[in-house]
Amino acid sequence: MPAAATQTTTELVAQVCGRFGHDRTRLMDMLWALQKALRGIDKATQALLAQELGTRRVVIEGMVSFYAFFTDRPTGRLAIRLCDDVIDRHAGMEEISRTLQQELGLGLEQTSADGLFSLHHTPCIGLSDQAPALLVNEVPVTRLTPERARELIRWLRRNPDPAGLAQTLVGDFAPLGDGCNADPLIHSLVENQIRLPGPVLFAEHRPFSGLQAALQQSPAQLIAELSRSGLRGRGGAGFPTGRKWDFTHRPPAERRYLICNADEGEPGTFKDRVLLTEKPDLLIEGMVIAARAIGCAEGIIYLRAEYEYLLAWLENRLAAARAAGWLGQAIGGVQGFDFDIRIQMGAGAYVCGEESALISSCEGLRGEPKNRPPFPAERGYLGCPTCVDNVETLACAARIFAEGADWFRALGTEQSSGSKLLSISGDCARPGVYEVEFGVSIAELLALVGAEQTGAVLVGGPSGQFIGADQFERRIGFEDLPTGGALLIFNQSRNLLQVVNHYLDFFIDESCGYCTPCRVGTVFMKKRMEKLVKGSAEPSDLDYLKNLGATLRASSRCGLGLTAPNPVLSTMEHFPMIYSALVKPPKDGQHAYFDIQAALEESRHLAKRRSMIYDVDYEN
Amino acid sequence: MNQTFEFTLDGRVIRAERGQSIMQAADGAGVYIPRLCDVEGLEPEGSCRVCTVKVNGRFAAACTQPAEAGAVVESETAEINHHRRMLVQMLFHEGNHLCPICEASGNCELQAMAYRLGIHQPTRFPYLQPVRPMDASHPDIMLDYNRCIRCGRCIRASADVDGKHIFDFVGRGINKQIGIDADYLAETAASLDDLTFSPGLCPVGCILRKGQGFATPIGQRRFDQEPIGSDIERKREEPA
Repeated sequence: MPAAATQTTTELVAQVCGRFGHDRTRLMDMLWALQKALRGIDKATQALLAQELGTRRVVIEGMVSFYAFFTDRPTGRLAIRLCDDVIDRHAGMEEISRTLQQELGLGLEQTSADGLFSLHHTPCIGLSDQAPALLVNEVPVTRLTPERARELIRWLRRNPDPAGLAQTLVGDFAPLGDGCNADPLIHSLVENQIRLPGPVLFAEHRPFSGLQAALQQSPAQLIAELSRSGLRGRGGAGFPTGRKWDFTHRPPAERRYLICNADEGEPGTFKDRVLLTEKPDLLIEGMVIAARAIGCAEGIIYLRAEYEYLLAWLENRLAAARAAGWLGQAIGGVQGFDFDIRIQMGAGAYVCGEESALISSCEGLRGEPKNRPPFPAERGYLGCPTCVDNVETLACAARIFAEGADWFRALGTEQSSGSKLLSISGDCARPGVYEVEFGVSIAELLALVGAEQTGAVLVGGPSGQFIGADQFERRIGFEDLPTGGALLIFNQSRNLLQVVNHYLDFFIDESCGYCTPCRVGTVFMKKRMEKLVKGSAEPSDLDYLKNLGATLRASSRCGLGLTAPNPVLSTMEHFPMIYSALVKPPKDGQHAYFDIQAALEESRHLAKRRSMIYDVDYEN
Repeated sequence: MNQTFEFTLDGRVIRAERGQSIMQAADGAGVYIPRLCDVEGLEPEGSCRVCTVKVNGRFAAACTQPAEAGAVVESETAEINHHRRMLVQMLFHEGNHLCPICEASGNCELQAMAYRLGIHQPTRFPYLQPVRPMDASHPDIMLDYNRCIRCGRCIRASADVDGKHIFDFVGRGINKQIGIDADYLAETAASLDDLTFSPGLCPVGCILRKGQGFATPIGQRRFDQEPIGSDIERKREEPA
């Protein structure tokens, strides 16, 4: 039996490699094919794959062990990944987890004996506005209650075919989501919840009219026009997009690449999900314009694994664009302007939202950031000049060429032109997606979304900053509060320290581990925070945290490590009372955290007897 | 065709060639910038961050940052050395480092770096005390992962110089570690002739050669007589 099984795996591996032309840069796709077929990529399969590709097993192991959605032990045919984010916890996720464990008779990271189910926790899956939520393989299930979770498992036991899952579920389980979520190619329970359509992204737009206008201009004119619009990258860092296009366009090169960053991993962010659902054509249009400006023939959409349910839909939109002549050869009748797009699936790694880590992942490598310089615009994907823009940025570009740079420039503020999509979740009456002009204040937003008794707002997700009521007059924009688009609202009843602790865990789990400060420093911060939460911290512990945070900010290699201390440092700065209330000076020079009884417990266990000194009722 | 230019490092004028990193230029000028993951002869990696410097006011790793004409680089400042100490302490506390009983004591770059930076006593960081395996399967070589600091030198040496690719990184975050291209080292092509297993390639006592422990008495080892970096600093004293 094992021999036959091995034979099958050998054939499968050869077939998968053949499908991608034995191209090692397509390792992500090959691993996905194997993960899906085998539910896990064990060492034997890793060795077969390495042999087939002429590489080493340890290289494959390095990949499998890096990405959260790849496993070396088989997951269930139905892998249930329950979203474990703070917002989901506040919405009752922990009870859902207990219910699922009970109903399945499984612990976390376990697979049922019949191989049908496995249960996992996973970081934010981009559904914070309809939490608690989970994924069954790629299929999202939202707004869970314990009853709904039980019902789901019973459904799955009767219909254990993931392909038909959405169809089955939707029959009796819940209505389909709104807008394109109801399209047969998506067929999902997910809702868009577009609460406020703004002037740029959710306004009326004649498809590909921006591209038609752009094709009248030379690449240099396109770059100049985009620069004039003042568009800055919507990922949060806010680099001027026109300059990025220019930098990518400049170096002499035979090939250049454009990559759309659809790896929306920041906890609490989900606006790209809605854009990909409702405005995929606008994104494709923006990419074609960017390709024209930069001078590139190949584009990639890097789609996070959590959004795989949108894959067939996006492929369909790409095919439609090809059929209409907006992708492929001689686009819009312009001889020599050839451009096409492929979709690269991610596999569960927050760090891949960092542009150079994303490039590594596209190249079939561990999703580790690269050393800079050289910057991607000079030497990026496969060593070629590469421009990485996020979904919202590219969609904005399409609108800019349809309506003109001056129109865009007139929206928003001096340094932040245009609109911003915000993903708003947490303690408010109307969570969802809001398209606002830059310059809107937090107080205005809180009123808009129906948030009351707000204690803290996390602007930009955990890599952003927590602000309190005395800062709610501050404004969204690069002048004041830059954000990738997440706004998480916590009312006064929430324990901020628990929230901070949770996000530290998130950064610890998601650190790639490449550099010392991020790999180790985040763990040390967490350990000291635990002491604080227990109430045994001293004033010097606050200095320790500030100090450690400063070293992470000074020496980390990429944005993840640079921003990982933000939850701690921004709450220490804006909510000092929370910390000072928990900190006591040490009495008699003793460390408050030293618990003699806890320390003795291990010795008691080892010695199999109690302490003559510390156990007062000790008798021989 | 070499273009040379100048920049300043802690106020000293350093001459550099196009394509050189700040560290390479500094080494050439006899100015030592502390480092652990970087070693001459291998591609710089920039993972330990001990070589962090400030370039025109911004932090960067000297081993991967290209030297630029007119740049103002700071290295030996109180602030930067503070960060370096923190990083070295992190590495001590991440693994299990027992200098008094370690065979590499005196030859160990981590230990020597600690002394150079003035770390002489336990720190405030918690000990993670990981449980890590050892691999004694190979007849000549022993791997004690307790002391590994994830510098990746063995990976680069084996892949880029020896052409064997015996090691690579596996896992991520705090669980990132050196993986082997087999279940045990004995099943690989590892040989004492490899650069990977030559003395001093591994900066700590993770790669050990069997049957040679304590061959050089303590007191006569690599860093017993003078601090790490002295070889580079000596160049400065010699007339050019």
